[in-house]
Formats: sequence, C-alpha cells, structure tokens
Amino acid sequence: MSVTSGVSTGDTAEQQTQASAPERKRGASLHRGEGRRGIYLVAPTIILLAAVIGYPVVKAIVMSFQKDPGLDKATGMFVSGGNAGFSNYTHWILQRCGTASCPPGTLGAEFWDSVGTTFMFTLATVVIEVLLGMWMAVVMNRAFRGRGLLRASVLVPWAIPTAITAKLWYFIFAYDGIANRVLHTHILWTGGEWASRFAIIIADVWKTTPFIALLILAGLQVIPAETYEAARVDGANSWQRFTKVTLPLVRPALMVAILFRVLDALRIYDLPAILTGGGGGTGHATTTLSILVVDQIRGGFNSAAALSTLTFLLIFLVAFIFVKFLGAHVVQTQQRQQKGTI
Amino acid sequence: MASTTAVGGRGGLASAADRPAMRPRRRFTFAAARSYLGIVIIVVFCLAPFYWMVVTAFRNVGYTFDTTPWPTHITLDNFRTAFSTSLGNHFGRALINSLIIGVCTTILAVAAGCFAAYAIARLDFRGKYLVLGLVLGASMFPGVALLTPLFQLFTNVHWIGGYQALIIPDISFALPLTVYTLTAFFAELPWELEEAAVVDGCTPGQAFRKVLLPLAAPGLFTTAILAFISSWNEFLLASELSNDKTQPVTVAVAQFTGSQPHQEPYTAVMAAGTIVTVPLVIMVLLLQRRIVAGLTAGGVKG
Repeated sequence: MSVTSGVSTGDTAEQQTQASAPERKRGASLHRGEGRRGIYLVAPTIILLAAVIGYPVVKAIVMSFQKDPGLDKATGMFVSGGNAGFSNYTHWILQRCGTASCPPGTLGAEFWDSVGTTFMFTLATVVIEVLLGMWMAVVMNRAFRGRGLLRASVLVPWAIPTAITAKLWYFIFAYDGIANRVLHTHILWTGGEWASRFAIIIADVWKTTPFIALLILAGLQVIPAETYEAARVDGANSWQRFTKVTLPLVRPALMVAILFRVLDALRIYDLPAILTGGGGGTGHATTTLSILVVDQIRGGFNSAAALSTLTFLLIFLVAFIFVKFLGAHVVQTQQRQQKGTI
Repeated sequence: MASTTAVGGRGGLASAADRPAMRPRRRFTFAAARSYLGIVIIVVFCLAPFYWMVVTAFRNVGYTFDTTPWPTHITLDNFRTAFSTSLGNHFGRALINSLIIGVCTTILAVAAGCFAAYAIARLDFRGKYLVLGLVLGASMFPGVALLTPLFQLFTNVHWIGGYQALIIPDISFALPLTVYTLTAFFAELPWELEEAAVVDGCTPGQAFRKVLLPLAAPGLFTTAILAFISSWNEFLLASELSNDKTQPVTVAVAQFTGSQPHQEPYTAVMAAGTIVTVPLVIMVLLLQRRIVAGLTAGGVKG
C-alpha cells in the first residue's frame, strides 16, 4: 500500500509536531500563532458537528422528559404535553404502559426483547466476522499473486449499499431462491424466527467481513518479517507463531476494528428493516433497537426520543467499557496509523 | 492456520508493498496450493452474490428463479421496468436525488473537513486530542438518535420533501469520516516543502494553497469519494426524512413495488440494484489502492 512510503515523512512530522519548545523556535515563522490558527481551522467542523449532532442530542433529551399528546393511560384524560419526569424512560425500561404492564404485541412490551436481539446480532456477527476476517487477512497477507484481484473483490461487498445488499439477499433467500435450491431445503428464510435471524447474520457477514479483513491486514503488514524469522529459528511452529507473534502484535489494530464494528452492529437497521421487513418470524424476531425507535416515531415523538436516548446511552456504555477495560486505544492507534506505521 | 513454507511465508510478509519480492519457485508446495485455494474461496465469497444480482438483472422475468449459474434468457426489460414510472416507482428521479444529496454532502464535508484535518495533522494546539476524540466519537454516533428530534424539527418547519432535510443529517457521518481520513492522508505529506515555501517568502496560507494542496489533491479526491459513497449508501435517516419527491435510491429500491401486490419484482429490483452498484464498484476498482489506504488509515464505517 502506498502508505509505506509515508514512514519516513510521517516520523519527521511527528518530531515536528511533538518537538519541545526550544526546538520549535527554528520554524518560528510557521509555528507562530499555531494554537489560535488551529482553533480557527477546526472551528467550522466543530460548529457543524454541534449543529447536526449536538443540537439534536440535546433536543432529544429535552423531548424525552415531555409527555406525548394523547390519552393519559392512567387517568383516561387527554393531555397535550407537559413535564413527564422519567415516565417515558420507565415506560420502556419497566415496559409499563400507565399503571399496568404493556400488553404483548405493543411496542412498549418489546424493549428488552429488542435489546436482546440487538446484542445477539452484535455478538454473532462480530465473532464470525473477526474470525473469518482474521483468516482472510492471513491469506491475503501471504498471497504472492492475485493481490490486486483479492483487494478488488474484497472491496465489492463494502461498496454495495446495505439497502441493496438487503434486497439482494432477500432475493437469494426467497422461498424459490437460490439458497433453498442449492441447499435442497424449504426454509422460510425471511419468515421463520431463527431462519430470519440467520439470514440477517449471513448477509451482514458477507457485507462486512471483507472490510474487517482489510483492517486486520493493515495491522498484519506492520509486523516485520524478522520477527517471524526469529520465532522460526527459535523453533516455534506455525500455530505458535500465529498465537505468540501475530496475535499480540496485531492486537491494537484488532481491538480498534472490533470496537468500531461492535458500535456499528449495535445500530444495525438497514438489513433487518428490509430483509425481514423489521419483524421476521413472530413479528418481532429481528426487531432491533433502531427499528423499534423508527416504529415508535409515529406513535409519539417524546417517547421515541426517550428510546433513542436509551439506545445512545447503551452504545456509549459499550464504547466506554471497550476503551476502559479492553484496551481499545482508539486515538493512540489512530495516531500511530496516521504516522505511517501502517 | 499460519503454516507457511519458507517461500510462502517470508516473501509475503517481507514486503508491505503491493509487489512482494518475487523469487522463482520451483516446487509447487502444499502450502502454496492451500494459499491459492484460500484466494479462490475469498474471491468467490465476495463476488458470488454480486454476480448473481447482475445475472438476474439481465434475466427474463419468467425465469426469475432459474438457477443456471451463467447468464441465460438475456434481456434488458428489467432495466426498462426499473425506470418505468407506471407502477409508482421513481427510480430515475431517485438516482438524481441521490446524486444531488451525495454531491452537496461531499462538498460541505470536504470543505469544512480539510481545514480541521490540516490543523490536526500539522498544527500543535490545545485541545487537539479532544477534537480528534470528538470527531471519532461523532463517527460512531448512532444515526437513530438523531432521527426523532430531526424528524420533529423538519416536520415543524416543513422541510420534509426538501433536500436540506437529507443533506444536513448526512453531514453527521460524512464530516467525521472526512476529517479522520484526510488527517491520515495529510500526515503523510512532505511537510518540509511547506517549511521551504515559508522560508522562500510564502505566508502559511499561501504555502498551504500553492504547495500542499496540489500534493494533497489525490487524498482529497479519495476522501471525497468515501464521503460520497457513505452518503449514497445511507438508508435509515433518508427513509424517514424524505418523501416521494426527494427519496434517494436506497429508499426507492427498498420500496420498489411490482405490478401485483405482494409479488416482489425481483428481476427489476436486481436491475435497479445493478444500476446503483455498478458505478460504485467501477469507481472503487479504479481507485482501489487509495481507497484501501483511506479506509485502513481511519477505518470506521462498514
């Protein structure tokens, strides 16, 4: 990859940006007022992000404490809004509609089910994608010939819009479709409870594994050949070389890839929404949190806002756990990659 | 897993470049065979479903579920059906919508993002890591959390049905993507040239414009492509914030209706999918090296 040529220049850039104060004086004309210029230059981005992300988030939180207009389920009176306290949140978390439990079949009764579905999809897809992606990356790293072909084919699933991917797999998994023909089965892929979940997992694995493989490959290519040579001389067999050399060295890149992938999987929407019409099986076998939010929007903004805030908090919590306890050092790894080591 | 012969292992790992040092191989070893098998499996895995979409797109609708693995009953009717508006589909208009939304989003994101990326890659300022953290955080932000407040807001100000209702939310993921990809590209630039330009009497602004921008052009272009693809592929926000007039292709294809209710027009959908996908695939194949570099340098979005 063209990045290798950047190693030397990347290092100099690093020395320059992190140079101690006296050294920095050498390029004084360029570095004078650097702090203020930096702020000015990032300002448009920060302002735009504040407008398109910051404002909606704050607004969603404010909305989530407002009552939705409608019949108050407790009193039977019509309310046009007002302060709701935490009732929108307790509605979802405790699955309570008014004073009673939400009846089965209503959106209110689906919160924990969709949390479970979302995490099930996340766990299944990430585990399969990382293992398969690891294997792909190792194969690609070892390939002499056909690197161009490999890279080209790996980019194809990534480039196809997820919505189109969902339609494509909808066709493949049709009752008379190629999947049932090839497997000689008669599975209702988009209708059965677990079949529809598997269909989504398979489609997601196809779409995302090649991308994971690319990220892992970038990590693999940094490992110097001498390291393997030394391990081989010391008598390590191929499995030992993989577990004792490759895995520890590729770990930082791998952890970041997994973190991004997990956060991406937690917000999964396109595939279940299109491939199984948001339901699948009994009607909510593939309802993820994102789908639940979209379903709720027309049934009350403020309640939907509470749900989307909960979704956001959940994803934030997962990211926090990853960075705090599992050592996914996003910024550092990002920086290291940007300095041209990858 | 990683069992390698001297030939297979050393050469492949020795060079991170695209042209590993070739050495004449005399033996066709077991490991080499396995490596080729791996390559074939990966290529088939990645391309088979896409191939099936293209084959079906050209297949007569009467043979929708034909399982012949090569093109048979070739016709262009499906493309005509896809573009036909008689069934209430507006695929042609949706293509133009996606193009407008994608181009506007890309221009805005790259215009704002290139300054931020320059500052992060090049300048030393207070709060730099905070900014980088914010940008990375923003890129992982769940789109669904924006949906409710934006839907309410845009409904109140009657923006649903306007392009701005689709471009503004797209900035939320296109801009972070632009910033970190460009930061990665900028970090690789030969900054000595900038110093030299300043020594020769340029202002820092001139040095950036006249010396670095031409060098950064390929990176900017790649980043623009990535931002465009991310916007072109967006579905969740667009499905709620657009109407029949402004809906992008992803929404149009997802809601494609056939001549009979409850009967999916598979071949027409595959034709539409082919039209949406093939330009992207061609673009990606032409620029594959740069795109892979951009993705892996700041790879976030799947």
